[in-house]
Amino acid sequence: MAIDSKGARAVLLPDATVSRTGARLTLHRLLHSPSALISSGWLTLLVLVAVILPPLVETAANRQDLSLRLLPPFSLDNGPMFILGADGLGRPELLQLIVGTRTSLLVAASAVAIAAVIGFAIGLISGYFGGWVDEVLMRIADIMHTIPSLLLALAVLYVLQPSIANLIIVLAITRIPVYLRVARAQALELRERVFVESSRAVGAGDWRILRTDLAPMVLPTIRTVAMLEVASVLLAAAGLSFLGIGLQRPDVDWGMMVADGRPYLATAWWVTVFPGLVIVLTALAANLLSNWLRAAEDPSQAARFIRRPRMRKAAR
Amino acid sequence: MWIFLRRRLLTSAISLVGVIIVVFFLARLTGSPANLYLPESATQEQIDEFNRLNGLDQPLLVQFWNFLVGAVRLDFGDSIWQRRPALDVALAAMPPTLTLAGIALGLSLVIAIIAGSIAAVYRFRFPDRAISVTTLTISSIPDFWFALVGILVFAVQLRLLPTSGYSTASAWILPTATVMLAPIGVLTQVVRGAMIDALGAGYVQNARARGFGTARLVARHALRNASLPIVSVAGDRAAGMVNGSIIVGSVFAFPGIGTVILGAVLNRDFAVIQASVFVVGVGVILVNIAVDAIYALIDPRVRVGAGKGK
Repeated sequence: MAIDSKGARAVLLPDATVSRTGARLTLHRLLHSPSALISSGWLTLLVLVAVILPPLVETAANRQDLSLRLLPPFSLDNGPMFILGADGLGRPELLQLIVGTRTSLLVAASAVAIAAVIGFAIGLISGYFGGWVDEVLMRIADIMHTIPSLLLALAVLYVLQPSIANLIIVLAITRIPVYLRVARAQALELRERVFVESSRAVGAGDWRILRTDLAPMVLPTIRTVAMLEVASVLLAAAGLSFLGIGLQRPDVDWGMMVADGRPYLATAWWVTVFPGLVIVLTALAANLLSNWLRAAEDPSQAARFIRRPRMRKAAR
Repeated sequence: MWIFLRRRLLTSAISLVGVIIVVFFLARLTGSPANLYLPESATQEQIDEFNRLNGLDQPLLVQFWNFLVGAVRLDFGDSIWQRRPALDVALAAMPPTLTLAGIALGLSLVIAIIAGSIAAVYRFRFPDRAISVTTLTISSIPDFWFALVGILVFAVQLRLLPTSGYSTASAWILPTATVMLAPIGVLTQVVRGAMIDALGAGYVQNARARGFGTARLVARHALRNASLPIVSVAGDRAAGMVNGSIIVGSVFAFPGIGTVILGAVLNRDFAVIQASVFVVGVGVILVNIAVDAIYALIDPRVRVGAGKGK
């Protein structure tokens, strides 16, 4: 019987059931928040585009046709792929954007993931064990904080040569301290708690405590920070390729496309404006969604999701 | 207080030395300047001569030692590119950068305090939501693109503002707005959070019960306590202003430290890179110390707590 097995599981695995209803609750709330719904829709669309389309359109995207140089947008005379016009070498803007979507999303997602995993692991270990390793790591994090991130990226990319992999590495390195600080601060506080002490009392070793006691407690915070970081990493990556040190042709991303349009700013605005607009929309969607998710998963803000009569100012 | 400042100064100095060492080796990794400054047809003798003149023929560790000895006397060597002391090149770029960063940070603070306070007072209601969506949108705009669109609209189409330079006041408008993009959203959110906490505190509730109006409560009572996190985040953003300066330098040809750094990296002008990083690092440390001092001025508790060796 379905009901029986469900009930049994609830008794055996209370945590799993709670998190499942939690996820369902989040989904339920998502359907009632227009901005979060639109944001996740836009991001899903971009991911689908990035996965499916680039292999199909790559050749057409890079075909240069000087007779179509700086073709104005919003005209179907040359086929739907020129709906957003053409750039300074006669390449269709729309298809370039599609290929660029793959690069931009890949770079932002990988950089965030790598930085989060490394920062999480090092921060946890550093905070838990303390000592001189912790001291050295925090000094390094301080140093990285003193160097403006763009300067660090400039220097490293200049050494490594522009490429997608190196861009990801540089962005990940500059972002590790963010997670490292968060994870360390939490580990520092959690290691004094009673449940850690009791684990140790029943014979758990350091690594076991790190894995089963600390990591699950710190992970949600790291996830929240990572969500927040997606938009800023996206912007940072675009900035580096705009400066011409992030990528090299034939790779292309949105920031590079903005840079490509710069010489024609006065005569062909669309080459500059469209890729930037896509960056704004994507960063905004990521920001809105992470903001909403943070509020939706925070019990102390649960009141925001319940419709209620307007509160009086003083009531608190 | 002084113990606190001294400790802060010491850790900052260690950070600065670390930064300078990292940058020294990082810059050396970018390849030899000889390949860039001499024609490809240059003979081996010419390359050797170039390296000898610029001290690049010595072992790396000897170069490093010479660099350290010079750095202690604030001598970072000459710029290969511009043929004058590197520190002069870096320092000459600081006044426009500091002015720009100061104006931008100041304006951002004023706007953030007003918008953040309004959001805190009308928490979860329409003004709060509108402000939060606006700040989110602002922090989603890439600064380089904002700068280009600004040129497109105000310089190319409307012909109201110049596209570059910094001699007239109107030339500062677009660069300032560009640099403000990054800090303003964060600052507004910090003000909002700090203000919500402060408005909920007992003494503010008490003042409200005594009949003070909301505006006066916010400006006189809550702002003072809310200002601690605001000051610390504003100080934190100061280092980030250099990022904005690099973009502004690239788009508007604004003669700041960003332009110098970008040019130095692209031209493998090691001495200038080191001098610029030193100047920027000292600037960031000074800002941090200023933040600590402001902290102590605003909050007597910090002064007392510092005596215990925090």
